[in-house]
Amino acid sequence: MFDGLDVEAAGGEALALVGHNGAGKTSLLRLIAGLLAPAAGTITFDGGEPDTPVAEQAHYLGHRDALKPSLSVTENLAFWREFLGGEPTDLPAAIEAVGLAHAAELPAAYLSAGQRRRLSIARLLVVRRPIWLLDEPTSALDVRGQEAFGRLMSDHLAGGGLIIAATHSPLGIAAREMRIGAAA
Amino acid sequence: MTALGAIIRRDIRIALRVGGGALVGVLFFLTVVVLMPFAVGPDLKLLQRLGPAILWLGALLASLLTLDRLFTADAEDGSLDLIVMSRTPLELTCAAKAFAHWLAAGLPLIVATPVLGLLLNLDGMASLAVMATLLAGTPALTFTGMIGAALAVTLRRGGLLLAVLVLPLSIPVLIFGVAASQAAIVGPVPFGTPFSILCALSLASLVIGPFAAAASLRHGLD
Repeated sequence: MFDGLDVEAAGGEALALVGHNGAGKTSLLRLIAGLLAPAAGTITFDGGEPDTPVAEQAHYLGHRDALKPSLSVTENLAFWREFLGGEPTDLPAAIEAVGLAHAAELPAAYLSAGQRRRLSIARLLVVRRPIWLLDEPTSALDVRGQEAFGRLMSDHLAGGGLIIAATHSPLGIAAREMRIGAAA
Repeated sequence: MTALGAIIRRDIRIALRVGGGALVGVLFFLTVVVLMPFAVGPDLKLLQRLGPAILWLGALLASLLTLDRLFTADAEDGSLDLIVMSRTPLELTCAAKAFAHWLAAGLPLIVATPVLGLLLNLDGMASLAVMATLLAGTPALTFTGMIGAALAVTLRRGGLLLAVLVLPLSIPVLIFGVAASQAAIVGPVPFGTPFSILCALSLASLVIGPFAAAASLRHGLD
């Protein structure tokens, strides 16, 4: 699917993958996340924990939200915080940061699409990981939500984190663009 | 490992909530066993003879009923991607999910057995024997069934395929389960012989099931 692809990104930097539908942005993200096996080539992460695969040092925010409808907002996040391990952060603060404090005990089934997206963004905040792999992160969010997420991304970059995002719309932060697939 | 504990607690919580599926298996078990005396007729001796077999068959079908959602639910909402990416080995996560499924769906069947045994004219000793064999054998059903459940994720409309794949693996468990129950009730075979084989099947499936399921899930990611 990709041939002769050379991608480099550094800490504190955001890389935006752009391209038409079906160009392979999602596939590239999944490749980096370790969900797809490359036919050839390597993915290296300098400066992270040695002998640890990239997948365990990255957060992957895909198209689907990874939420259980019968569990509440807090229960969903508490599960991921416990399951993902590593450096946990304050749970109520994460819920507050995405603007869902008023819905903390509501079952996820009652959330709107935008609220569900915010909840899955909160997952990125409950455990600290250096790499963020984002696939259309702001797709269901309103303008306020996009601005808030822009601030969260800036905070992550300021802390030395790395973001690789596949997106159609502007990310809202300074990002280097990389075009996937042929130019339209 | 806290990650495995988290998965087990989450799966049990989801199963026990409304629409979760824990109750479905028990209700199906109840239905099968309640209808059987009406189908067989008022022959009490025959019911007693068939009792362990009916209970085992009901338990087998009930535990397989909810098994196909074991991994498809996580695959559909994107949780499976994150589970595969995590530092917890996928084999252990699969084993934890199957264990949670057994606790939420299998244990209620075992608890319901003495009550349903009354409907089949089984005395206390017979019900106890069936309970013991179910306790030893239902893990085998769950852990071999999980292989089919993992394959059902890859092969989308795999419900029927699950049954076709898993049933042959479940038949030895059924045979030895019923044999052990009958050995305890009437003999002449000592109870220990089929019961140890049943335990061996369960132990083997505890190892083989998670590895086969994890391999299938990894293979099916796209």
